[in-house]
Amino acid sequence: MIEQIDLTMVSWARATFALTAMYHWIFVPLTLGLSFICAFFESIYVKTGDESWKKLTRFWMTLFGINFAIGVATGIILEFEFGTNWSNYSWMVGDIFGVPLAIEGLLAFFLEATFFAVMFFGWNRVSKKAHLFSTWMVAIGSNLSAVWILVANGWMQNPVGMKFNPDLARFEMVDFWAILSSPVAISHFVHVTSAAFLYASLFVVAVSSWFLLKKRHLKFAKRSLTVACTFGLFASLFVAFTGDEHAYHTANVQPMKLAAMEGLYDGEAPAGLVAAGLLNFSKQPGDDQDSFIFEVKIPMVLSLLANRDINSFVPGINDLVYGNTAENIMGVEEKMVRGKLAVTGLGNYKAAKKSGDQLAAGKALTLFEENSDYLGYGYLDYAEQAVPYVPLIFYSFRVMVGLGTFFILLFLVYLYLLYKDQLEKQALLLKLGVSSFLLGLVAHEAGWIVTEVGRQPWAIQDLLPVTIARSNLDAGTVQVTFFMFLLLFTALLIAELKIMAKQISIGPEGD
Amino acid sequence: MTRLVMYQCWFRHIQSGEIMFKNAFDMYYDGFRSMVVGRTLWKLIFIKLFIMFAILKVFFFPNFLATNFDTDVERADHVLNNLTQPGSENH
Repeated sequence: MIEQIDLTMVSWARATFALTAMYHWIFVPLTLGLSFICAFFESIYVKTGDESWKKLTRFWMTLFGINFAIGVATGIILEFEFGTNWSNYSWMVGDIFGVPLAIEGLLAFFLEATFFAVMFFGWNRVSKKAHLFSTWMVAIGSNLSAVWILVANGWMQNPVGMKFNPDLARFEMVDFWAILSSPVAISHFVHVTSAAFLYASLFVVAVSSWFLLKKRHLKFAKRSLTVACTFGLFASLFVAFTGDEHAYHTANVQPMKLAAMEGLYDGEAPAGLVAAGLLNFSKQPGDDQDSFIFEVKIPMVLSLLANRDINSFVPGINDLVYGNTAENIMGVEEKMVRGKLAVTGLGNYKAAKKSGDQLAAGKALTLFEENSDYLGYGYLDYAEQAVPYVPLIFYSFRVMVGLGTFFILLFLVYLYLLYKDQLEKQALLLKLGVSSFLLGLVAHEAGWIVTEVGRQPWAIQDLLPVTIARSNLDAGTVQVTFFMFLLLFTALLIAELKIMAKQISIGPEGD
Repeated sequence: MTRLVMYQCWFRHIQSGEIMFKNAFDMYYDGFRSMVVGRTLWKLIFIKLFIMFAILKVFFFPNFLATNFDTDVERADHVLNNLTQPGSENH
């Protein structure tokens, strides 16, 4: 089956989607985090009545506004791509995604748009407290609207609360609460939003460090840094905590992703966590080669993270692909058999319905329903196709975790030097602070690579591979849009960065 | 007498609503007029929206199922074909 499908089109469609999503994600976390930082600044202003805090708040609010404006509508392109490049997927998940995305749209419009105007235009028109309330509502509204899109993404990682309708070829929602309260979706949301707070804190660190290096607005920069580093420190610790929770759920519902994150081919009990390692790139599932050229392992930690039990078994890629009877793990080959039965059942059901044979339709439907949990495996040609590209996931995961640890140290050092009033003398550290924002972006994008590439080959975990989720289009059509976006996004990014840089260089005096 | 009080209350209610509406309108009006960097941002937003909806959406991103099929039954049938006979409808 797979050979008949134009894999090149799928690859280009995935590349286009990744490009758009990564561009979109430059702005989104900054909006989520900076909105709260502005709310903190303004709360201090309202509490103290100190006008310099108001000036500080307005400066960061302007940067928040610029980021918000330049990020507007970048996500819409993703929806265009769903309809054009991923039409099968769009059709199949329309019922599930429709409600969360509609709620997101309404929240974004009513909460953000209303209070956004008061936040920017209402400084001299409403009371201090009413203005502060609006700022907090913008922060809460922005983050609430992120809930829905992350719930939708969480559903793709762990499809729950739905039933497949074989007449309409659609996943239909049967339990909205199950989708909303899915542990995967919740842990995904809190991990992503706390990472956004961390990213926004790094933005404030970067801009304030630049002011300190330039010996400009020193008091302003130190005040900004004190709030941002405190917020960033709490956020980064919370990111570590939620990351652990997220990995625990990943171990349960996407064990292949966890095995790829660890480069773990043969399951172990107890399993150690690879702190650092050099992967053997020629290693393939089922062969006798070593997985690593060099590795540093922390004993038992992976078992603890994955199962909350230091002696527990953590399955490796080989266990998941070829099965492990001792650990009661069904292999991909067996799942493929069940999946092909589901596909056959669905095909027979369709044919029987067309010919009006109700008895045959009933039998075919039973066959489908008995095997529908493995539907996606029915489209694989060989078991190894269920393995994502390990090196990209392994290294992206380490980049994310490594940078996350570095940020905790960075915030601690900044806070200590601020307390000692020694920060402006540390030119090297300040330069590191300026570049930390870019590192934050790298960590964010690496995290998304782990999440999305780690789910491959699935668009919807276990149920729909990307090769079936796509539209029946030529690769050439998608290639054109990829390069068009590359040019468009680069041009827009340059224009947008110029506006941001200009406003930063004007500083708080320019308000 | 009671009716007169009721009318007065209603009138005041409408009046306060009008004042609130006028204040809100003034806030938006003055806010937009006094924008500095905001003007550039709005231009950028409109250019982006124009590129997205008037060019990209129209010429490069037609909805595949909406443009190739007329009814939901046909769309469902197409997707079912892809699910049951993958690769059979490559264009």
